Amino acid sequence: MTQVVATTTGLYPLPDGAKDELANLKGHQRSDLIDGTEGEEIVSAYEQAREDVIAVQQAAGLDRIVEGQLRWDDMLAHPLTVHDAVETRGIVRYYDNNNFYREPVVTGELTFDGDVSAELDAAADLVDDGLQAVLPGPYSLADLATDEYYGDQDAFLDAIAGFLAEETGAFPDVETLFLLEPSLVTDPPADGGERASEAIDTVAAAIDADVVVQTYWGALEEKVYAYLLDAGIDAVGYDLVSDHEQAIHNINEYGTTDDVALGLVDGQNTRVETSAEIRERIEWFLEGTTNDFETVYATPNTELFYLPVNKFEAKLESLAGAATEEVDA
Amino acid sequence: MSDTREQFRPTDHDNEHFLLTTVVGSYPKPEWHDRARELYEADDTGFDDDDWEESKDDASRVITHEHERAGIDVVTDGEMRRNEMVEYFAHRIDGYEFNGRVKVWGHNYFDKPSVVEDVEYDESWLVEEFEFTDEVADVPVKVPITGPYTLASWSFNEAYDSEAELAYDLADLVNEEIEALVEAGARYIQIDEPALATTPDDHAIVGEALEHIVEDVPDDVRLGLHVCYGDYSRIYPEILEFPVEEFDLELANGDFEQIDVFKEPEFTKDLALGVVDVHDAEVESVEEIKDNIKKGLEVVPPERLTVSPDCGLKLLPREVAYEKMANLTTAAREVEAELDAGEIDVPASE
Repeated sequence: MTQVVATTTGLYPLPDGAKDELANLKGHQRSDLIDGTEGEEIVSAYEQAREDVIAVQQAAGLDRIVEGQLRWDDMLAHPLTVHDAVETRGIVRYYDNNNFYREPVVTGELTFDGDVSAELDAAADLVDDGLQAVLPGPYSLADLATDEYYGDQDAFLDAIAGFLAEETGAFPDVETLFLLEPSLVTDPPADGGERASEAIDTVAAAIDADVVVQTYWGALEEKVYAYLLDAGIDAVGYDLVSDHEQAIHNINEYGTTDDVALGLVDGQNTRVETSAEIRERIEWFLEGTTNDFETVYATPNTELFYLPVNKFEAKLESLAGAATEEVDA
Repeated sequence: MSDTREQFRPTDHDNEHFLLTTVVGSYPKPEWHDRARELYEADDTGFDDDDWEESKDDASRVITHEHERAGIDVVTDGEMRRNEMVEYFAHRIDGYEFNGRVKVWGHNYFDKPSVVEDVEYDESWLVEEFEFTDEVADVPVKVPITGPYTLASWSFNEAYDSEAELAYDLADLVNEEIEALVEAGARYIQIDEPALATTPDDHAIVGEALEHIVEDVPDDVRLGLHVCYGDYSRIYPEILEFPVEEFDLELANGDFEQIDVFKEPEFTKDLALGVVDVHDAEVESVEEIKDNIKKGLEVVPPERLTVSPDCGLKLLPREVAYEKMANLTTAAREVEAELDAGEIDVPASE
């Protein structure tokens, strides 16, 4: 029997009231974005918004609760854009989306920062059970940034992995850590993925929690996928919304992890999947694979800030509704 | 396609050469017009439909004349009646619904619409805007219209099997609107496809959608395509196959780093070159803009060069937007005079 665990990938849309409130407090320009030194009013606006999105998840009945990453103005680049050894430059496109973030340029040593663990500490006060951390995977974070300090790509990736590992080490107790790694799909590593896999391993080894590596915007190239399985992780996340056939192919060709995460709900479309549809997709996946999975994490494929709030909330409810009973393989 | 440029040469043009000057479309709204919108959208202010119509007419008149004062050859009204480039159209097309704002970057949001059933032409989009602007302007008027690919791509698609199918259906509606605009007298239409830069691999869909758009559009209508903020090497030279006469490209923002992309193979269309940066509030000097214009002459000869800002000017302070336009037209006229005098080499003519 496989346990279905309903959870999300984090990076939520701000509640609509908080959109206006924070726009007024912070402004609309590049220089107004979060740098980790925000004042009391802004901190308290985010605290309220965090409480709101945690309550929404709890009310929906999700099995894992994320902090929401509402402060992450620069999306997955956030852990760097708030770092002292990083300069933020122009606004650059966020993958192939109509979204933009400040280009983080690393100009010094990436020492421990503590920004993300502070958010998780605040969330931990509100969550008794099932807290989940979310971070960019090291490969994606390196891909989103520019290095002007470490000098070569491999050293930079290692430094990012070391930095994320240290951040992870400071987290409060969490049940699960999701590492989001879209760049592994969109901009696959030139070396086939060995170093990316080692970098992921470095981060995963730093935390005593189930580690899920979420890949999206397509399926991984076969070689990259095979290397990823070498990392000490508990689950690979597959984007079944954008390319379910190749995901199944990779699994049946190269194997998989004991647990898996399935991106079943489209994080970039307002059409709301029903719980029944989500369960059908899980069953389809289990029928197409021969493994006995202990846990299937039912998730959206991507981050969720792309959605308007009403549809975002409806999708959380559908996911939670899909995970109320066990499924047969 | 016939040469549609000469019809826009001003009757009192002093120089032999003619570098057509124009804008991409949007312009900062006067503060009183923003205030009027707030009053109109708030409850119980007594600011009614007539008041709001009057504010739009006034803003359109003022900004059209502001373009003329800056010396722009083909003007717009700065899109004073429009709020945003997708929302505005989606509100006028059957099949769309709105669910709330989504993030673009930082605290900049847009009310990204969802397509929930087949799209159909409902109320007129731009004919009224064109007729009013054409009436108040002494010079020709250009109509910017958001392209079908961008309308599809920057919406949530709940109804169509693919974004391409949605784009083709929307292209038929754009075609219908252009027919109405042409009927009303419009002779210069610019299709805005910024989404092409986000997903350059879809250039074939944009090309196919354009085929739908140009059907039955008369030869004397000038059709341009505006693209911005992308990696142009991923869409060039494929875009040369598109059935438009002119490409309007953002290049100043990236310090013309991408201009070489368009030199090989040969650029066979007209080039509307972005010569001022719309994301920098510092006004470029006339000299600087002249140097930028000359970069365009590395790609096309003067008779195929149009000069415009990188993109819509709406995010700039209004006085900065004006100064940029004024310097742009001064620079264009000085380059024309220098071309007349044979003082400038034209690499593209060699």
